Amino acid sequence: MAVLQFREALRDAIDEEMARDEMVFIMGEEVAEYNGAYKVTEGLLDKYGFKRVIDTPISELGFSGIGVGAAMKGLRPIVEFMTFNFAVLAADQIINHASKVRYMLGGQASVPIVFRGPNASAGQLGATHSVAYDSMYAHFPGLSVIYPSEPDDAKGLLKSAIRSEDPVLFMESEQMYGLKGEVSEEDDYIIPIGKGKIKREGDDVTIIASGKMYHVVKQAAEQLAKDGVEAEVIDPRTIKPFDIEMVIESVKKTNRCVIVDEAHPFGGLAAEAGFLIQREAFDYLDAPVQRVTLPDVCAPFAKNLFDIWLPDAKQVIEAVNTVTYRN
Amino acid sequence: MAEKIEMPKLSDTMEEGVIAKWNVKEGDKVNSGDVIAEVETDKATMEVEVFDSGTVLKILVSEGDAVPLGGTMAIIGEEGEDISDLLDGDETSADGKEKAEVKEEKSSDKSEKEEKKDDSFDPILEDVNGKESEPEADTSNDERIKASPLAKKMAEEKGINLKSVKGSGPEGRIVKHDIENYKPEAKKPAAAVSFDSEESEDIKISQMRKTIARRLSESKFTNPHFYETIDIDMEPAIQARTALNEVSDVKISFNDIVVKACAAALRRHPAVNSSWLDDVIRKHGDVHVAVAVAIDEGLMTPVIRHTDKKNLRQISAETRELAGLARDRKLQPEQMEGSTFTISNLGMFGIEEFTAIINPPNACILAVGAIRDVPVVKNGEVVPGKRMKVTLSSDHRVVDGAKAADFLNTLRQMLENPLTMLL
Repeated sequence: MAVLQFREALRDAIDEEMARDEMVFIMGEEVAEYNGAYKVTEGLLDKYGFKRVIDTPISELGFSGIGVGAAMKGLRPIVEFMTFNFAVLAADQIINHASKVRYMLGGQASVPIVFRGPNASAGQLGATHSVAYDSMYAHFPGLSVIYPSEPDDAKGLLKSAIRSEDPVLFMESEQMYGLKGEVSEEDDYIIPIGKGKIKREGDDVTIIASGKMYHVVKQAAEQLAKDGVEAEVIDPRTIKPFDIEMVIESVKKTNRCVIVDEAHPFGGLAAEAGFLIQREAFDYLDAPVQRVTLPDVCAPFAKNLFDIWLPDAKQVIEAVNTVTYRN
Repeated sequence: MAEKIEMPKLSDTMEEGVIAKWNVKEGDKVNSGDVIAEVETDKATMEVEVFDSGTVLKILVSEGDAVPLGGTMAIIGEEGEDISDLLDGDETSADGKEKAEVKEEKSSDKSEKEEKKDDSFDPILEDVNGKESEPEADTSNDERIKASPLAKKMAEEKGINLKSVKGSGPEGRIVKHDIENYKPEAKKPAAAVSFDSEESEDIKISQMRKTIARRLSESKFTNPHFYETIDIDMEPAIQARTALNEVSDVKISFNDIVVKACAAALRRHPAVNSSWLDDVIRKHGDVHVAVAVAIDEGLMTPVIRHTDKKNLRQISAETRELAGLARDRKLQPEQMEGSTFTISNLGMFGIEEFTAIINPPNACILAVGAIRDVPVVKNGEVVPGKRMKVTLSSDHRVVDGAKAADFLNTLRQMLENPLTMLL
């Protein structure tokens, strides 16, 4: 195992896939000469040249469209957004084209493309730069959504995403690029899309969290263990397709579940997972499923308000206390 | 417009009634005032009249089945009328209740369960809903039991009746923890199935037995009882009775004399003629003495109203009439309600003395023993005497020891000097 930063794990994945398949190229704002806004693509221009590492103008819709077209013609583009907050401008290409081409053309064409970049909030960036888009994209048929929490997951899943024959939204976080973690040194390390991971075993409650929220939950689980509550923490890693089987197995054991989601509450991952759990594990539930999400309010800028807005370990512990009747 | 015939409240304490007999069948025409059924309540068998004329469209409950208060027994309307909306979602009928009960049975009774389900198969319900109707647990009688799905499943697997589990979750929800820590109450004799011999017989508990069981348990376990016994010289009462019966057309019994004496004593001791009503103690303005009457299935306590204002002839005649009605189970609820004091007499069975359980909401009950021939000391000599022991059970929340003793002493004075009853 090698200890890598999250950005290094991503870079390794891109590098390995570019070396493996010359159809793979990366494009986006500042990916080439500046070595990436968050240095994910550092060194790739030198290695693969301007033809495969392409700086784009600030025009998300335009370069996303170029990406979708290139994918339809057989290339495997990686489109980097400086943040998914800017990808809203490219939503027509992602939602109306990338996701629907295979369907509308009866399978005559596919769109093997990866849209990647930081997702959700990263401190005081204001309302328009703090949105979690994973649940929104997961809503649309034809799109896979991945939101890993640790470097190892990031590497294995990004390689899978690049090899996918269909569009994948790959979500990262500005606040996690520097996160260090052990990464498998296995040759051609692949994690299949749609497989969650039990990151902590426990019998008392199942907590589901991906991306940045996994780290909040990890902290909460450590605190809960001191109080004698053993949480089983599941990181689905892939938002869609969601690994409901793993969750159900766990809930059958723990009988209680808390879902922590960095998105707003209405119609998000927490809502969907909660529905699936009550349908598939009704007779095993000892308490209604609880969720911890953002409130139904845009991100505030002020630090004191922002801290209240973002789910934290305290809220997770409260939810666990509720489902375990420890209140 | 079709109407539901619902189980009426036929007595103050009834919670359900058992259909003793249907006087009509589906398709029969009925007129306002017709008695369509006889219903066994906790106290008596009562007649149920209909207020509307029409045709019996549907009978929902079989004879022998219990219907909760307000539960639908039958539907009456015009012939051919569509009654689907009356049947739809009717969860209060005995039908629904029976199914709910079946649901709660353990899985080991599966075959029986299936049969029961078939029995309650209702072609009208089927047609109306176009799918199998599965009424939820009966909500009419008691509150819905809240339990987590897991707790329900665990209870079913362990054969635990959720009704006997106390929930610790929000709004009393029964959760996993409660089932895991559930300790069944001490097994009741009925549960000692392993001791079954061929002679054993399980007797269905009648409404009356249920009421006796509930009320007396409540009384004995809630009211702090204490007991005081006094020995009374009955010689003067015997003489008085002999004299009275020489002139009276109604035969006066010793019991009548005890009733009369109690009524007079109660007038002087209102504390004993009281009730504990949780926030107040009510001293009753009237004296209504109830007399316990043993009947085959249990006992009843008909009330002699304004006992203190009645003479011995009236008391005697009334007691006899009420006892007869009780034995025929024809007592009306109002003849059994409103007592302020109760007398239980086992003298005729040769019982020397005993303690009785207070008949709520009374504060006291008097247990009367037999008149015995005993040697007594009179003027320094041992002579034959006639003595009777009475034991007063009192609710200590209402009556204290000294007050109960005062009452007993007055009672003794009256019986030992019957003329004072006339004061």
